[in-house]
Amino acid sequence: MKEDTGYDYSIVRGFAFSALFWLVVGLMIGLWMAFEMFNPALNITPWLSFGRLRVVHTNGLGVGFGMSGIFATAYYMLQRLTRTPLPFPKLAKAHLVVFNLAIAAAAVTLMMGMNTTREYAELEWPLDIGVVIMWVMFAINVFAILIKRQEKQMYISLWYLIAMTVTVAVLYIVNNLEIPVTLTKSYSLYAGGNDANVEWWYGHNIVGFIFTVPVLAMFYYFLPKATGLPIYSHRLSIVSFWSLIFAYLWTGAHHLMLTPLPEWIQTVAIAFSIFLIAPSWGSVVNGYYTLQGNWDQMRSNYLTKFFILGITFYGLQTLQGPLQGLRTLNAFFHYTDWVVGHVHMGTMGWVTMIISASFYYMIPKVSGRDLHSIKLANTHFWLILVGQLTWTITMWIGGIQQGAMWKATNPDGSLMYNFLDGLTSLYPYYKMRFAAGIVYFIGILIFSWNILQTVRKPAEAEA
Amino acid sequence: MGIYSKPVVLAIVAALVILTGTVVTVFVPMFMPSTQPPSGYVKPYTAIEQEGRDLYMREGCNNCHTQTVRPLRTEVLRYGEYSKPEEFAWDRPFLWGSRRTGPDLNRVGGKYPDSWHYKHMHKPQDMFALSNMPPYGWMAANKLDTSVSFKKTKVLGYGYTEEQVKQQIADYKAKVTAADYDSRETRDQVTPEALRGELTEMDAIVAYLQKLGRDVKEKAKEAGQ
Repeated sequence: MKEDTGYDYSIVRGFAFSALFWLVVGLMIGLWMAFEMFNPALNITPWLSFGRLRVVHTNGLGVGFGMSGIFATAYYMLQRLTRTPLPFPKLAKAHLVVFNLAIAAAAVTLMMGMNTTREYAELEWPLDIGVVIMWVMFAINVFAILIKRQEKQMYISLWYLIAMTVTVAVLYIVNNLEIPVTLTKSYSLYAGGNDANVEWWYGHNIVGFIFTVPVLAMFYYFLPKATGLPIYSHRLSIVSFWSLIFAYLWTGAHHLMLTPLPEWIQTVAIAFSIFLIAPSWGSVVNGYYTLQGNWDQMRSNYLTKFFILGITFYGLQTLQGPLQGLRTLNAFFHYTDWVVGHVHMGTMGWVTMIISASFYYMIPKVSGRDLHSIKLANTHFWLILVGQLTWTITMWIGGIQQGAMWKATNPDGSLMYNFLDGLTSLYPYYKMRFAAGIVYFIGILIFSWNILQTVRKPAEAEA
Repeated sequence: MGIYSKPVVLAIVAALVILTGTVVTVFVPMFMPSTQPPSGYVKPYTAIEQEGRDLYMREGCNNCHTQTVRPLRTEVLRYGEYSKPEEFAWDRPFLWGSRRTGPDLNRVGGKYPDSWHYKHMHKPQDMFALSNMPPYGWMAANKLDTSVSFKKTKVLGYGYTEEQVKQQIADYKAKVTAADYDSRETRDQVTPEALRGELTEMDAIVAYLQKLGRDVKEKAKEAGQ
């Protein structure tokens, strides 16, 4: 089958298995930290202390799993949608190697404490340079294949991939400008309020252009493929695309509500956050309407429910986010576990559901084999759904409780609870969160096993 | 529909679209006085405090502690005067944080004696049985590395001479190893014998914690008298 098309699928498989590897590693670290939250005895060495592990968890899953899932599907979609083989397959192979070395180096250096502390940009400057080189390697193939393409019109998914390629480069370079002191230590170019403003412009948009934009590219490509139904409205996807990438960049400061950052930047961020509901729901509506008249597929097609639940969590996420950004609500929820719950609905719900379903569709295609077990895929679906919902709802309730305890006052106006009261009241929730994480993790193990068994199926496997 | 068949044009247009909000809300404010107000009363960190700040970053303390008090009634009651923009003029990077698993630290300087911090950092559970903070007793077993302290203050633009940095280090060492240091007993308890006469990582992080919010408190004291 590969000979027929000349497409390079080995790179797709390479990144897909990198994604699975970092997914399992990142979740194991997440579980370890979840346990540390109610049992600090687990901070047995500096390398395993919560402060260092947290960034290994976010980088390992956000970049290690998320980005390799994106690269795997991007290399697949780019070739299929342009009907053109990858122009530089050797470069792509080098990209795969550099990427995995960078993630491994990131994990080790972060555990050693080489941490710039700027969220989702914690890597020290030599690794930043490595990341930029890695990105250029990817971008060369993206633009080369687009220029050489044999399909004139570019489908929606390709617009999203172009927007990601450009924007991530701008975000990463601007945010990581730093002055080296030694090989392992640097200081940000920006100071105080400006540093905060640059960082959260980056922090918000790196999530947007990694966890939203390319995942929407997957959604727009794999949903019609998996269901056999065309996207409901091309026009709606055009309006959504441009308004999404325009409005996203104004909203970073909603992460800095009620801080010393100038108030007008915060207010502009609130306004654009509310506006962002429209383009986000443009994609949600487009997804739902694609299924009109065919909702029985939720039962009959095991992939459809991944996509529909995934886009539903995206829809909830993009309603919850702007609401949290409102000053009054932010004053209550910010800095509590509510926000932790919010983030994880996006990552465990939307991102992982869509990447899982995309892999289920794509891996059999690139390996020329049928999926090992649809039954296991269904088990995987229910475990990660229940695991994620229990996880996030637990954190939301805990967040509300903590916010209320921070605010509570006695009739004479004094504080009702000291800080430790608020923290210790959360321990039951932390235990519940750990249990939910286990359920989710089992679902992911089944997913990984299912994909592995698929490529190993006929005796002479080539993966 | 031309743009959807021209990838390079689409990339350029997309870049312009994403740069609009970026320029208005990020690049332009860099040149506005409101994001970098003058801060005569806020002094840069000493070399030791800066070393402590770097350790705070190394250990990822910012993952559980914020450093910005919001202008909310209960928050001011709990932590003290709310944070002002000029306080952070020397902070590269900023360490405002995004999650409060532990309390805010922007006003922790001067709140407790050094001995409190030595004891607490050594093993938080000895002071608060139910605390979930990791223990950092091992930091007292690490000699403080000051080999690039001067270079750090130079990159950060603190304006110290090499002599001044050496003096700051010597002064702080003299302070914590002096017989009449008010936290001497606790420091000796948590510090291995061989390092009691040296500066440790623990000394530096305590120095940093005591700096947080100190200038603001001193200014308020002056204004009140």
